[in-house]
Amino acid sequence: MERIPILQMGQFLLVTIQVDMHDRLALALQDDLTNRIVKTQAQGVLIDISALEIVDSFIGRILGNIATMSRILDADTVVVGMQPAVAITLVELGLSLTGVRTAINVEQGMALLRSPFGASPEERDTHAQT
Amino acid sequence: MLKHEVVEARSSADVLVVRQQARAWAVEMGFSLVEQTKIVTAASELARNMVDYGLGGTVELEAIENGSRKGLRLTFTDQGPGISDLDLAMTDGYTTGNGLGLGLSGTKRLMHEFEITSQVGQGTRVMITRWR
Amino acid sequence: MVLKSKSVVAKILEQDETTLQTDWLKALENSDMYRKGVIRPAELRDQCSEFLRLLRNAMQQGNLTEIQAPEWANTRQFLADMTRVRAQQGFSPQETTTFVFSLKKPLFDRLWQELPKDPQQLAEEVWNATTLLDQLGLWTIEVFQKNREEIILRQQQDLLELSTPVVKLWDSILALPMIGTLDSSRTQVVMESLLQQILETESQVVIIDITGVPTVDTLVAQHLLKTVAAARLMGTDCIISGIRPQIAQTIVHLGVDLSEVTTKASLADAFAIALKRQGLKIVAAS
Ligand SMILES: Nc1ncnc2c1ncn2[C@@H]1O[C@H](COP(=O)(O)OP(=O)(O)OP(=O)(O)O)[C@@H](O)[C@H]1O
Ligand SMILES: [Mg+2]
Repeated sequence: MERIPILQMGQFLLVTIQVDMHDRLALALQDDLTNRIVKTQAQGVLIDISALEIVDSFIGRILGNIATMSRILDADTVVVGMQPAVAITLVELGLSLTGVRTAINVEQGMALLRSPFGASPEERDTHAQT
Repeated sequence: MLKHEVVEARSSADVLVVRQQARAWAVEMGFSLVEQTKIVTAASELARNMVDYGLGGTVELEAIENGSRKGLRLTFTDQGPGISDLDLAMTDGYTTGNGLGLGLSGTKRLMHEFEITSQVGQGTRVMITRWR
Repeated sequence: MVLKSKSVVAKILEQDETTLQTDWLKALENSDMYRKGVIRPAELRDQCSEFLRLLRNAMQQGNLTEIQAPEWANTRQFLADMTRVRAQQGFSPQETTTFVFSLKKPLFDRLWQELPKDPQQLAEEVWNATTLLDQLGLWTIEVFQKNREEIILRQQQDLLELSTPVVKLWDSILALPMIGTLDSSRTQVVMESLLQQILETESQVVIIDITGVPTVDTLVAQHLLKTVAAARLMGTDCIISGIRPQIAQTIVHLGVDLSEVTTKASLADAFAIALKRQGLKIVAAS
């Protein structure tokens, strides 16, 4: 079966979703990622969805699951590159992906994974150097 | 009615085809990118529900007109087990599978018109419309 | 309706076009439309003979009543083009339809001459010709209105973009100073363009400043919140600044939950916190 490739970059795993995923492909990605986090002891996962034209409740749930599972395995997850139209639609659908951290592009996503206290903007407010 | 087409949705691969058709129609009818995305997402939700709960079914796509307004209407029909409590099924967060329970209620928010009818043991029909 | 025998109107158009055109031109030259002096005589003459030619061609297909049929496509196109030009020249819809309606009298006169002894056929022919010209006249009005609506829509869009510019305050920091009354359609357009600009500038913080907004209703408050949520999904934090006391009260009263959103009293405060998040601060140049 076709699978979405997972790249390893140092302590991080990088996934770039480039196809319109059918449900089984998304489920396979969820399994593959959990296995790879355990095997590589990765500290972070970065999922680039800039090429995705829609995120529906199913893909949204998979993204949430990946974030939750990686947290249990002591790794952070950042989803990057969501398109404006996709974001507007997701909000209207009622999905806010509260447990998932996000960044505008791969570079900023990497920076977030590397920063020791990047969890939320408020936390960053209290920790930021003044 | 200006034009119509019927697509089968029996497997999760068919859900992809439904998404592609919905996109092609929305583009051809001149919907904006945000509107296209809303339409395709709604189509994806309802097609998946048919495959997951309704034993598969059909999607009819139609370009319709109301005065000077053009609209895209999608009708999802299956002969599955039906839904016994529609109000409950339409509630945010209600699911009998292991979903988020946002498919039906969320789709209603994405479209201008949403009409659902269901008969236990007979099947379910959902008709959604978005106007330009 | 498709006529069995050839209509007399079609015959007149074939055999008697020149006389008909002369009479029609005379009628037109006496109309308000012409007296404005915008249309040159030669131009009007060309338009008349072109219209008569198209009419004759379309009628040869035998369909005199359904101008939506394909054989009338050229005639409709001609009238639509002419109407657009007239609208630009500042003519009213009435003045524009005069072009079509003023053909009635000369045409009926000719019909009357052709059928002096057959009142029943005359009535029928006049009725057909009236129906046809009425439809063509209404068509020009329809085109006129569509054209108007398009122009208005375009102007509204232009105004909207002008009235809410997204400005870059610093590397990775955007601000959207909103001014004036927000209705829900304006908020929606502005918010969509804000999200697009976030993507283009790859900004990390956006300040939505509503100091210049007198009131908000539930729908607008919800649009604001949805924008904040959508921006977050894209990876950008929003700060809302300049919430007036009345608006704060409305928001609480409406039961809109702003607890998830960072709010600051002024744009300056919001800018300071945005800089801090980027690890920057403003110091006096000693
Ligand atoms: N076509 C259908 N036939 C039978 N039951 C259906 C059908 N569509 C929906 N349902 C029922 O309605 C419930 C709610 O559907 P909805 O799409 O809102 O949520 P979900 O599919 O469970 O989760 P999500 O769509 O968020 O992944 C489903 O769990 C299912 O019990
Ligand atoms: Mg569903």
